[in-house]
Amino acid sequence: MTKKTHVTTTINGEETEFLCEPRQSLLEVLREVLDLTGSKEGCNNGNCGACTVLLDGLPVDSCLVLAVETEGAEITTIEGIAQQGHLHPLQQCFLEGAALQCGICTPGFIVGAKALLDRNPDPTEEEIRFNLAGNLCRCTGYDKIVRSIQEAADRLQSAT
Amino acid sequence: MGGLTTLSGFEYVAPTDLTAAATALRDAGGRACVLAGGTDILVQLREGMRSADLVIDVKKIPELLQLEYAPDSGLCLGAATPCYQIYTTADVVNAYPALVDATRIIGGWQIQSRASVGGNLCNSSPAADSIPPLLVHQAVCHLAGPEGRRSIPVSDFCTAPGKNSLQPGELLATLTLPPQPANAGSAYQRFIPRNEMDIAVASAASWIELDDSRNAIKSARIALGAVAPTPVLAEEASQFLVGKAPTEENFSEAGVLARQVASPIDDMRGTVEFRVHLAGVLTQRTLALAHQRVQDS
Repeated sequence: MTKKTHVTTTINGEETEFLCEPRQSLLEVLREVLDLTGSKEGCNNGNCGACTVLLDGLPVDSCLVLAVETEGAEITTIEGIAQQGHLHPLQQCFLEGAALQCGICTPGFIVGAKALLDRNPDPTEEEIRFNLAGNLCRCTGYDKIVRSIQEAADRLQSAT
Repeated sequence: MGGLTTLSGFEYVAPTDLTAAATALRDAGGRACVLAGGTDILVQLREGMRSADLVIDVKKIPELLQLEYAPDSGLCLGAATPCYQIYTTADVVNAYPALVDATRIIGGWQIQSRASVGGNLCNSSPAADSIPPLLVHQAVCHLAGPEGRRSIPVSDFCTAPGKNSLQPGELLATLTLPPQPANAGSAYQRFIPRNEMDIAVASAASWIELDDSRNAIKSARIALGAVAPTPVLAEEASQFLVGKAPTEENFSEAGVLARQVASPIDDMRGTVEFRVHLAGVLTQRTLALAHQRVQDS
């Protein structure tokens, strides 16, 4: 077995240390070492976006990142989206808008949508669909997801 | 545990200078992979299309993460600079629109946060989205090896599907794109059967420079993707446009001429006939869009 490497990162605002083998993806370490099982494995090859996390603020597929690459990085997972025990407006709107059925794609959609709204607080439907083209949903047909993101954008804007 | 498909074991190094990276690459004797964004390499390693004892992460080498632009010297692009950084840099969007068109449609946002143009080039797929734009913008590859450095035009880089002229121990350090003259514009488009997230059935990039009156084409370059073993320049079609008026008729005629360099394969993505047809249509459309961008500038 390859020697393990010690990695220090910030995950959801907390300094986190872990040991990993070079071959382990960030997704494997999140789920199997750190018990952060909110990020899902869909395709494990960068097509579906179910494992989306923010790496230094940008959405990435955590299945296509080696955990050893994240030394010194800031990572936000779905577990870091709710604040002080309150659902983020995106999470609340997904619930109210029934934007999920099986739910496997949902963490990736919410993390990806948060990255979008952080940069573009009032996206058009086309911008939402274009920016979330890397997130696949096999249940909902996307319309409820898009509408829930629009609703969350409205609530976030009226709150500011 | 262990429901995930894991990679086979390898060592990982992240050197901070190019010579160390090139030396590690040479010393591994063909058993090493260079890791930039990882969006192709990690999939290839996981699916057994490639194997490695050593992965050399080049993202700690400052030169490989450059994005330097000046109107009089052009663009210097680190080989590992991610697509996202390219299309969010306004100067680059204005000066090299064909390259920016490609970086916006390579995978989705998650891929674009990591995937680099240098990696796309080194993967050397005939369908690579960023290569036709590099060709029409006359990009030059700057390579580093244990013995030193050399530079070659992108037009000499790809040699066959998945093959290129990198020698053992050599890696791509930077790409440079010359500065843009006045009255120049470019565009890249591909055909895919979906809206996003797919591999080009065929693609084209066009670059045109108009004279000061903007009524005649001073210079033009057209490149096609996914219709030959490597992305390819359509020289005759490009030459045809010189001195002509920038009209739909001339763009259409250039499209017909560009089809002559298409020698595509039949596969699940498209037939030979369809790909040749697409090469003409996409040439015409990208010329029209490049022209429109000059008019709008």
